[in-house]
Amino acid sequence: MRFFSHFGKYFIMLKGMISKPENSKLYWKEFMHQCSEIGMGSLGIVCIISLFMGAVSALQTAYQITSPIMSKLIIAQIIRDTVILEFAPTLICIVLAGVVGSKIASELGNMRVSEQIDAIEIMGINSKTYLIMPKIAAALVTIPMLVILAMVLGIYGGRLTVGISGIISTETYDRGLKELFIPYNVFFAMMKAYTFAFIVSSIPAYFGYYVKGGSLEIGRNSTKSVVVTCVVILFADYILAALLL
Amino acid sequence: MIEFKNISKHFDEKQVLQDVSHIMYSGKTNLIIGTSGSGKTVLQKCLVGLYEVDGGEIIYDGLSFTKMNDEEKKMLRQQIGMLFQGSALFDSMTVEGNVKFPLDMFTKDKESEKIKKVNEVLERVNLVGTNNKLPSQLSGGMKKRVGIARAIVLNPKFLFCDEPNSGLDPQTSMLIDKLIHDVTIEFNMTTIINTHDMNSVMEIGNNIIYLKDGKKEWTGNSKDIIFSENKNLNDFIFASEFLQDAKQMRMLEAKGKKI
Ligand SMILES: Nc1ncnc2c1ncn2[C@@H]1O[C@H](COP(=O)(O)OP(=O)(O)OP(=O)(O)O)[C@@H](O)[C@H]1O
Ligand SMILES: [Mg+2]
Repeated sequence: MRFFSHFGKYFIMLKGMISKPENSKLYWKEFMHQCSEIGMGSLGIVCIISLFMGAVSALQTAYQITSPIMSKLIIAQIIRDTVILEFAPTLICIVLAGVVGSKIASELGNMRVSEQIDAIEIMGINSKTYLIMPKIAAALVTIPMLVILAMVLGIYGGRLTVGISGIISTETYDRGLKELFIPYNVFFAMMKAYTFAFIVSSIPAYFGYYVKGGSLEIGRNSTKSVVVTCVVILFADYILAALLL
Repeated sequence: MIEFKNISKHFDEKQVLQDVSHIMYSGKTNLIIGTSGSGKTVLQKCLVGLYEVDGGEIIYDGLSFTKMNDEEKKMLRQQIGMLFQGSALFDSMTVEGNVKFPLDMFTKDKESEKIKKVNEVLERVNLVGTNNKLPSQLSGGMKKRVGIARAIVLNPKFLFCDEPNSGLDPQTSMLIDKLIHDVTIEFNMTTIINTHDMNSVMEIGNNIIYLKDGKKEWTGNSKDIIFSENKNLNDFIFASEFLQDAKQMRMLEAKGKKI
């Protein structure tokens, strides 16, 4: 029952968010600000995670592929495909649920509790449009970019590792990357990235926007929003794989 | 002018407002007074639509607010200025940013004109030179004054102030009362002030409504209050011996004039 009421309220929030901006210049400014908050703010962690993600999958793939009859090229292909299909979009967005999601939820929660949202509303501004839409739009722009970056860095991390640990030569790795490449996989990964970007921004926004109470509830809702966002991402991941693959 | 009829509001089990009706006039400072927890803040928030009322009607200049759709409410709200009890400043913006925000949103003025206007109102609330401070660097009373500056910067038609001078020293408090009173007359605003400051009641109480436990218990102006026979009101207003003495003096004075 609670689930359905949240679900309904969530969609009402999304619907209420769509209205004409009172002043497009200010909305643009807020959008740019959010782009830098969400995009630049999580750039560092995304870089670190992607490099290690590629490196570790290189080591583990090499460990699993011991049969001498298998082509060594396959190591590069496995790294490439797991990074593109799963690691870059899903893992990165799960991390962003923590980094970006908790920030959105606590920022909006604080604004709700200290009546700043009421103050915006009372000026004759649609607070949902002003506060939530730029965040979702910025997430839709920046998160797919971060995912592409993660793909590149992940594959590069794998290349570094195979070279350093002497699993295969970097030339073999590069050759392996080019073989049996399916461009559709990148399209599929981008579909995931857009879906997850929407989830990562809108669900925490919902939990933050409707906080009731004080700082205790802000903390609680922000944790709850991260948990829910992660679960929904994994669920959406499954649905997308079932539908599009 | 804001007229409201039979406003009722409850939260869960608790009936906070019960059948409150009154008329708030333009060009006057209308006061809502009452003990802590009597429902003043809730009444203001009902009037501006931040809380939905259970029943009753609210009329702004002849237009029924209760019947408006969201878009119409939004348009009306662009003529409302409001000071919240907790100031509600945007804590990511400086003082200047806060006061300039409504100007940025709703005017097409040049940047230099906006800054000039901001400095003007900051001067009126006695906060010259705080432009670049963040709300977290201000005292409670300073935040209140920035809140007032933000509320009046667009010269709204309707001004709501929730305890504008709580947390201020008597001198600054008088200054703020005078400021609100002056802009009210200058721009013919309908000003509604929640207060339990007796100075304000006596100085700027043009039209007072006294709430007790969510009901309208008494109404009148600052002169009527002296002669009021209402025991609850007297106990509330003239709580200290000092104020009781003042009341006696005023009554004697008034009688003396009549003879
Ligand atoms: N959001 C809310 N949910 C539940 N109860 C509320 C809510 N807001 C106010 N109340 C209750 O309504 C009553 C009136 O509160 P209100 O804030 O209007 O008092 P007030 O007259 O403004 O007091 P003060 O002078 O202390 O500001 C209180 O008993 C309070 O507990
Ligand atoms: Mg109050």
